[in-house]
Amino acid sequence: MTVLTSAKLLTGGEAVAHAMRQVNPDVVPVYPITPQTPIIETFAKLAAAGLADAEIVNVESEHSAMSAAVGAALAGARTMTATSSQGLALMAEVVYIAASMRAPVVMAVGNRALSGPINIHCDHSDAMLVRDSGCVQLFAQDAQEAYDLMVMAPRIAERGDVLLPVLVGLDGFTVTHLAEPVELLPDEAVREFVGEYSIPHSLLGGDVTTHGPFAMPDSYFELKVGQARALDCALHAFAEVAHEFAELSGRKLGVLDAYRLEDAGRAIVLLGSTAGTVKDVVDELRAQEEEVGVLAIRSFRPFPRGEIRAALEWLDEAAVLDRALSPGAFAPLYAEIAAATYNTDLHLRSHVYGLGGRDLLPEHIRAVFAGTAPDFPGLRWDA
Amino acid sequence: MAELKPWVERSTSPRVRTGGWRTAGVPRADLERCTNCLLCWLYCPDSAVRLDGTTFVGFDEDVCKGCAVCVEVCPTDAIRMEDE
Repeated sequence: MTVLTSAKLLTGGEAVAHAMRQVNPDVVPVYPITPQTPIIETFAKLAAAGLADAEIVNVESEHSAMSAAVGAALAGARTMTATSSQGLALMAEVVYIAASMRAPVVMAVGNRALSGPINIHCDHSDAMLVRDSGCVQLFAQDAQEAYDLMVMAPRIAERGDVLLPVLVGLDGFTVTHLAEPVELLPDEAVREFVGEYSIPHSLLGGDVTTHGPFAMPDSYFELKVGQARALDCALHAFAEVAHEFAELSGRKLGVLDAYRLEDAGRAIVLLGSTAGTVKDVVDELRAQEEEVGVLAIRSFRPFPRGEIRAALEWLDEAAVLDRALSPGAFAPLYAEIAAATYNTDLHLRSHVYGLGGRDLLPEHIRAVFAGTAPDFPGLRWDA
Repeated sequence: MAELKPWVERSTSPRVRTGGWRTAGVPRADLERCTNCLLCWLYCPDSAVRLDGTTFVGFDEDVCKGCAVCVEVCPTDAIRMEDE
């Protein structure tokens, strides 16, 4: 049954903070960084007003933030944090450790370009830095999705067959700072949805356990394979949690978001908030009887290879828009889409756009659909 | 004393003999002087002190890294490091 919700005008950052307030984690170790800061700023205000119970730990760096988060999560505390760009880079070492120690930490990532040159604006280079860490990595298209995914994230992270950190990406400024109407679920509905935090073998759970010991060549391999299998399980976990979330909210989120793709001949494939602009252009081109569509990917890790192949293999043409470079190689999303659609008749093109926050305008998207946009390395439109 | 470590001890690796990393001698115990206080077992940072039930019987050289903390904590000087 869908419960009544209330719409508020919130930025993506505020929406994430409200999701955190409603999930009501026990521990939030966090260090401020643009464009994530509004998340923790809003959450700290809500906690100070007595609307959330979390122990907010003012750590000295993001490396410490994730270190504290791992300890808290394994001690038996529901733990959330947030970061961006250089913060994620500094944290990266511990992000890998969090995944390997199977600490179900939930973290919002306000996606921002990595230095250098230093830049505070949106791209996905920070997310790509930790793509092989073993964490679940989700990409929200707007403030509502950021809220929804943050409410779903603890359920996915804490499942017995997953037990991995979940990173919810929301594009820096475009989502973190833009105010939109956001439907919030009632507080009690969210608390009931996420339930009590429970992991096997928590440090405070009574049994004496060791977490994070040294692994020799005779066990390291098995542990890494187990971790990789757990990440594959997150695909099914996402679907189950999304189904329950849809019953609660009326909003159904898939690992993919296919828009007007069912009878399309050409499509754009991408991650994050630019999907909204592309959908507008698709509507406009559809009005001119062009058979175009969009495939936005919400779950980048695990990468839904089979679902992507099924969605794209019968198209004539797809353009993959990457908001990150992999210098010396193919753009990261393009490479994975190419692998997922290998041995089909799909003609693929690769475009890199929006690095360091450069706008991608509707006219650029029209050029991509028209086949007149420059191929990789990309849409270096004048600023 | 045994109640102080109520968990199951396991070496770092069941198949790799990490004692091979030892570079500075191996501990030997004089059982005549040993009072079975189990301080060495309590302090050993690995799992190199072998017990039979709650009785000290010697060291597991496949596990011992030669840190000599057992020599340091033994109240009766029953343990000394020997060259290998």
